[in-house]
Amino acid sequence: MSEAKKIFIAGFGGQGVLLIGQLLSYGAMYQDKEVTWMPSYGPEMRGGTANCTVCISDDPIASPFVSDNFDVLIAMNAPSLEKFEGNLKPGGELFINTSVVHIDTKRTDVNVHKVDCNRIAIEEVGSDKSANMVMLGAIINVTKAIDLDIMEKVFDHVFTGGKAKFIPSNLKALTAWKPE
Amino acid sequence: MSEKHLKKGNEAFAIAAINAGCRYYFGYPITPQNEVPEYMSRELAKVGGSFIQAESELGAINMAYGAAAAGGRVLLSSSSPGIALMQESISLIASVELPVVIINVMRGGPGIGSIQPSQADYEQVTRGGGNGDYRTIVFAPSSIQETADMIYKAFDIAEEYRNPVIICADGMLGQMMEPVSLPPAREPVMGDAIREAKPYALTGHRWERERHAINSVWLQQDLLEEYIDSYWPKFEKAERELQDWEEFMLDDAEIVFVSYGSTARITKDAIQTLRKEGIKAGLIRPKLIWPFPFKAFEKLGDNVKNVVSVELSKAGQLMQDVKMAVEGKYPVSLINRYGGMLLSPDEIVERTKKLLEVK
Repeated sequence: MSEAKKIFIAGFGGQGVLLIGQLLSYGAMYQDKEVTWMPSYGPEMRGGTANCTVCISDDPIASPFVSDNFDVLIAMNAPSLEKFEGNLKPGGELFINTSVVHIDTKRTDVNVHKVDCNRIAIEEVGSDKSANMVMLGAIINVTKAIDLDIMEKVFDHVFTGGKAKFIPSNLKALTAWKPE
Repeated sequence: MSEKHLKKGNEAFAIAAINAGCRYYFGYPITPQNEVPEYMSRELAKVGGSFIQAESELGAINMAYGAAAAGGRVLLSSSSPGIALMQESISLIASVELPVVIINVMRGGPGIGSIQPSQADYEQVTRGGGNGDYRTIVFAPSSIQETADMIYKAFDIAEEYRNPVIICADGMLGQMMEPVSLPPAREPVMGDAIREAKPYALTGHRWERERHAINSVWLQQDLLEEYIDSYWPKFEKAERELQDWEEFMLDDAEIVFVSYGSTARITKDAIQTLRKEGIKAGLIRPKLIWPFPFKAFEKLGDNVKNVVSVELSKAGQLMQDVKMAVEGKYPVSLINRYGGMLLSPDEIVERTKKLLEVK
């Protein structure tokens, strides 16, 4: 069995943390991969923070629950970085939303990707509503967990009705971030 | 393969129940199963069904009793403390041999407890929290595909056995998402067709047949003993025919884990890690926890050194059945967390090594 890629996304409620995870999951499913998405739904959620774990694999996934050794960590806010950076495995990919996070990581053994989500969204797409899509694009760009091409199908499925008008700007946001 | 959908366990339960022909849902909100009533409240009326948010769990289970007596395909869902409140009427429904399907998305207990995943209702669901001689048939899904497949099957089993069937999941399965192929929609038996298909139902005798009553009181004790004897063979049949389990890396296993539901998945991860380190571990995963798969243990050979129950319960509730199953042939141990805390694959690995005293 091949190892699942374990992606952990954390931030404030309202930053689209659960949505980023779901969109990744849809992308994996549409590419016929195995995937699990597990959200936090406990008391921490009532405190305004949110996180989810996405596991993507070519083989059936045993545990959807991962407490440490993430392959990928996305810190959408500073408390998430401080709380979870220790759980990223050495050599893992660390994404920091520098629009909100003004502290640096203590980790020196991981690949750090700084993504100024809000600024990029405003400059490249014209609205910070797509800030989370900028981060999603960065994740796809670096980790290759799923193909960028599949996201149009995902957006068509998820953003329906009144949300359909955001599809073009969200697609644009996916490629707005460029690695340094 | 049919089209895949990304669904939460709770959503898959609700969709598959409607596809199985369920047209009556009763419930009262409680975390972590609220997506079930949420979906039912939105969708059940569209297919001619009825959704009622009852005033309490007691109200819900007794509405289900009524709807089942009238011949309906009935679903209830709740979580641990809510299921506790329903026990009196689960016994009542079993005593009058009516089919209902009940989802228990378990959370930490006792009491109101926590809202995080737990498996500490094992005894409540398998032994019957209500009074008297009855059993409930209990499915224990481990994936979102199984939540859909098992509830689809549960309605048929409930009607075949004319007995309450419980689907025992936990907060993790209720809340997580995974691709699932949904079972096809079946037409329910409704209206006058119920008279033909479900002769037990209270559809009115219309001077065409003997009157019959659904009755739970037998003041002449010899008649009650006779009555219990009349329905008990179905539980013996269930024990013969419904035992079901999955084996994972079991053939040469020296340490045999027994685990169900979401915890079994985490145990599989731990088994793969242990195997890499040369420890021959395997798994028996009950797909139903009543009847318990005693047959799965018959084939365990002399190579087995330890049997370990892995579960989210302080008391080792599953372990009691495991002990009965191994009949003293192997030492039985427990690896557990409780109160809403989860076991991680790493913790299972570490505690297994400690158990085996491998440094």
